[in-house]
Amino acid sequence: MLHFERWKIIAIVMTCMAGIFFTLPNFFSKETVESWPSWMPHRQLPLGLDLQGGAHLLLALDTKELEKDWLTTMRDDARKQLREAKPGFTGLGIVGNAVQVKISKPEELEKAKEALDKLVLPIGSALMGTGANDISVTVSGADTITLAPTQPGMQHRISSAVSAAIETVNRRVNAMGTSESTVVRQGSDRILVQFPGLHDTTLLKDLIGQTAKLTFHSVHPTMSAEDAAQSRPPVGYKVYPGVEGEESGRSYLLRDSPVVSGEDLVDSQPGFDSRTNEPIISFRFNQSGARKFGNFTKDHVGQPFAIVLDNKVLSAPVIREPILGGSGQISGSFTVESANTLAVQLRSGALPAKLTVVEERSVGPSLGADSIEAGKLAGLVGLLLTAILTTVAYGTFGVIACVGLLVHGFLILALMTMIGATLTLPGIAGFVLTIGMAVDANVLIYERMREELRNGKSPIAAIENGFQRAFVTIFDSQLTTLFAAIIMFWLGSGPIRGFAVTLTLGILTSVFAAVTVTRLLVALWLKSAKSKGRITEVPV
Amino acid sequence: MFFPIPDFKGFDFFPHGTRLPFMKYKGVALVASVVLMVASLALFLTQGLNYGVDFKGGSLIEVQSKSGPADLSEVRAKLNGLGIGDVQIQAFGSDTDLLIRVEQQPGDEAAQQVAMKKVVDALGDGYVQRRIEVVGPAVSSELRSTSIIAVFASLIAVSLYVWFRFDWQFAAGVILSLLHDVLLTIGIFSLFWLEFDLSIVAAVLTIVGYSMNDSVVVSDRIRENLRKFKRMELNELLDLSINETLSRTVLTGMTAIAGITALLLFGGEVIRNFSLAMLLGIVIGTYSSIFIAAPLLGFIGIKRENLIGTAKPAPGAEKSKKEPAGAV
Repeated sequence: MLHFERWKIIAIVMTCMAGIFFTLPNFFSKETVESWPSWMPHRQLPLGLDLQGGAHLLLALDTKELEKDWLTTMRDDARKQLREAKPGFTGLGIVGNAVQVKISKPEELEKAKEALDKLVLPIGSALMGTGANDISVTVSGADTITLAPTQPGMQHRISSAVSAAIETVNRRVNAMGTSESTVVRQGSDRILVQFPGLHDTTLLKDLIGQTAKLTFHSVHPTMSAEDAAQSRPPVGYKVYPGVEGEESGRSYLLRDSPVVSGEDLVDSQPGFDSRTNEPIISFRFNQSGARKFGNFTKDHVGQPFAIVLDNKVLSAPVIREPILGGSGQISGSFTVESANTLAVQLRSGALPAKLTVVEERSVGPSLGADSIEAGKLAGLVGLLLTAILTTVAYGTFGVIACVGLLVHGFLILALMTMIGATLTLPGIAGFVLTIGMAVDANVLIYERMREELRNGKSPIAAIENGFQRAFVTIFDSQLTTLFAAIIMFWLGSGPIRGFAVTLTLGILTSVFAAVTVTRLLVALWLKSAKSKGRITEVPV
Repeated sequence: MFFPIPDFKGFDFFPHGTRLPFMKYKGVALVASVVLMVASLALFLTQGLNYGVDFKGGSLIEVQSKSGPADLSEVRAKLNGLGIGDVQIQAFGSDTDLLIRVEQQPGDEAAQQVAMKKVVDALGDGYVQRRIEVVGPAVSSELRSTSIIAVFASLIAVSLYVWFRFDWQFAAGVILSLLHDVLLTIGIFSLFWLEFDLSIVAAVLTIVGYSMNDSVVVSDRIRENLRKFKRMELNELLDLSINETLSRTVLTGMTAIAGITALLLFGGEVIRNFSLAMLLGIVIGTYSSIFIAAPLLGFIGIKRENLIGTAKPAPGAEKSKKEPAGAV
C-alpha cells in the first residue's frame, strides 16, 4: 500500500502539475492570458450569468397558434383538392382541432377521400420514413370526412417550428451587437436564450416578442370593412384591424391571401422620411417578390393596398404609380426605437408562432462582481479554517492532508476549465462544501491509523491499515453524495446544475487527493523517517 | 531523504476510550426526534412555507439606490398604487439595496412581464436593477413537481443503496434519519418563515447526501464490529461503534461547518438562505446519524448471520483477532 513504483509517482506528480498548469489562466486577467505564448493554456473558467451579469430568458412557443395555423392551411388545401376533384361538398370548416367536410353524394365519398389523401405526408425524410403520417383522414358516418393532425405529426410540426424559431431568434439577437449569446432548445416547445453582459432585457424582449409576419394585401375595391362586418365578408376576404397608433380603431376588408410576404424581403433598414422626417422602414424585395409586387402595383394604380404586420394593418396607402424597382418604404406611427426593432425583425424573418417569456432571470454587472468577491473570500476563509482544523487535529499528517486539499482545489478548477463547465455562485458554494468533504476521507484514514496504533500495531502496519481499511468506507460514503449530485443535475436549472457539477467533480478529485496524493506524501515521510532510524511514533 | 515538515502530533478531540452512553438515551432521543418531526410536519401542513418566486411564480427585483440610502417608504408609496396586488419591499444586505417581490399576477405568462415592467418604470432613474427574476405559472408549477420528485428520488436511491450494501434494518434506520433531516430543515424554514426556493431544494439534497455519508460511516463500523465481537450485546456494540466513529463524525462535521460558516458570513446575500439551510442540515444530519440511524438498529435488531454470510466484508475485517484494549 505504501510502496509506489516510479511510473506511478511520475503519473501522480504529472497529474498534480497538470492541475496547476490548467488552472493558471484563471488567476490572471483575460488580457494577460492572451499575451501568453501559445504553449501555455489560455482557457479560462467561464463565469455563469449570476457572476458576470447577464440575462436568462426561457421562451415558450405558442403551440396553440401553431395548431390553429396548420388547421387553417389544411382547410384551404382541402378546398383546393376538392375543387379539383369536383365532388359536391358543403360545410368545410374547422371543428375543434380538426377539419371537417360533408360530401353531398354518397357515391362521391370515395373520390373525395382519395383527393384528400393526397394532403397526407409521411413524417421524416424521404429515405428514413418513420412510417407515421402527419395527418389522418377518416370517414365517419355516411358523408363526413375528418382531417386531423396526428400526435407525431403535431410533434414534428412543433419540433421543426422550434428549430426555425431558434434560427430566427439567433439572427435577431445577433443583430443587437457582438455577444456570446446562446440560443438553445429546451424540452419540446421551449427555447432558452442566455445573453451574458446584458442586464436590461427590454430591447431583447421587444426583439423576440413579436412574430413579425409582414404581408402586403389588396384592399376590396368597393365594399367597406363596416359593411363586411355586418353582413358576411365575400369569399377570400377578411376584415383586418388597424395597428395601435394612427390606425387604431380602423379596420380594412382585405383579400386573405397576400400579394407578397416578408419571406420575399432581402433587406430592411430603419430610416427617416425625407419630407416629414418621421421614422420609416425601407425595404427591398428579392427578384420574385419584386416581380409580384411590380405586377400588382401596375394593375392597381389609384387603389389602396395594405401593409399588414402580424394580422394588423400598419398602413394602407394608395398606389400612385407602379413600384417596379422592388424596393419601398413603410411608414406608420413608428418611433426611432420601434422602427429599429421592426427593421431587425423583418431582416431576420418571421417567427413560426408567438414566443412568450415564461421565465426570466437577469443579473446586473455590479451584483455579479460583488458575488465573485464574496465567493472568493468565502472560499479562501473556508479553505483556511479547514486547514487550521486539520492541522490541529492531525499534526504533520494533517499538514499533508492540507497539501491534498490544495491539490483537490487545483484539480477541480482544472477539470471544470477543461470541460468548459461554468462557474456559478452555487458552484462556489459547492466548491467550499467539497473542501469540507474532501477532508472527510483524510479524517477517516487518520482516525483508522490512530486506532490501529492503539491496538498495538507497529507504526508502518498502522499506516498501511489506515489507508487500506478506510477505503471501503470512503468509497461507500462518497458514492452516496454522488447520487445526490446526479439527481440535482437532473433537477437542475442553470445555477443548481453548476452546484451539482462542482459537487460531482469535487467528489472525484477529493478521493484522488485523499487516497492517492496524501498516501504518496505519507510514503515519502516514511522513507525520510526510516532513513533517520527506527520509527517509533507516527505524527498523526 | 528529507521531508520538509517537522513531526508533530495532532490533538485528539475525543481521546481513546471515550464511552458516551448514547444508547442509554436512545428512547429519549427517538421520542424527541419523532416529536420534532411531527411538529415540523404540522407546521408545514398548517403554516406552509414561504415559497420564493421559483415555486410561487411572480417577480423579484433587487435594486440599488444610485445616491445614498434607499428610501423604503418612498419606494413603497410608489409601488403600492400600481394595482399589481401584494408588493413586498425589504432592505437587502446594505442600506442602499432593496428587494422587491411582486406576487404572481392573475392571467398568463405575459401578465407577469407587464407587472415587472410597471415596477421598473415606477422606480425611475434613481435605482439600478441588480437582479430580476420573473417566473411564470407554468414554470413554477414544473419546478414544484420536479423538486418534490428530486427529493423523493434521492431518498429512495440512497435507501436502496444502503439496503443493497448493508441490510434492510440499516436501510430503515437510514431512511428514517434522512426523513428526519429533511422534515426538520423544512420545519425550521417554515417556523422562521425563511424564503424557500430552488436553491434550498439543492441544499436539502446535499444534506441528504451528507447525512447519508455520516450514517454509512457508522453503519460500516457497526457491521465490522458485529463480525469482530460475535457475542457482544447489541446495544453495547452500537454504543461502541458510535463512540469509535465519534472523532470522525465530529471533526468532519466541524470542517464542513467551518466552510459553510465562511459562506454564510462572506458569501453575500444571494446565497445566505442556501448557506443557512446547509448549516442547519449538517448539524441536524450529524445528530440524526448518531441518535436515530444507529439506535434504531437497537430497536429493530439485527440478525448477525445475514451480515456475516452475504455482505461484502471490509478488507481485513475478519482477520483481526486482537480485541481493542478498551473494549469491554
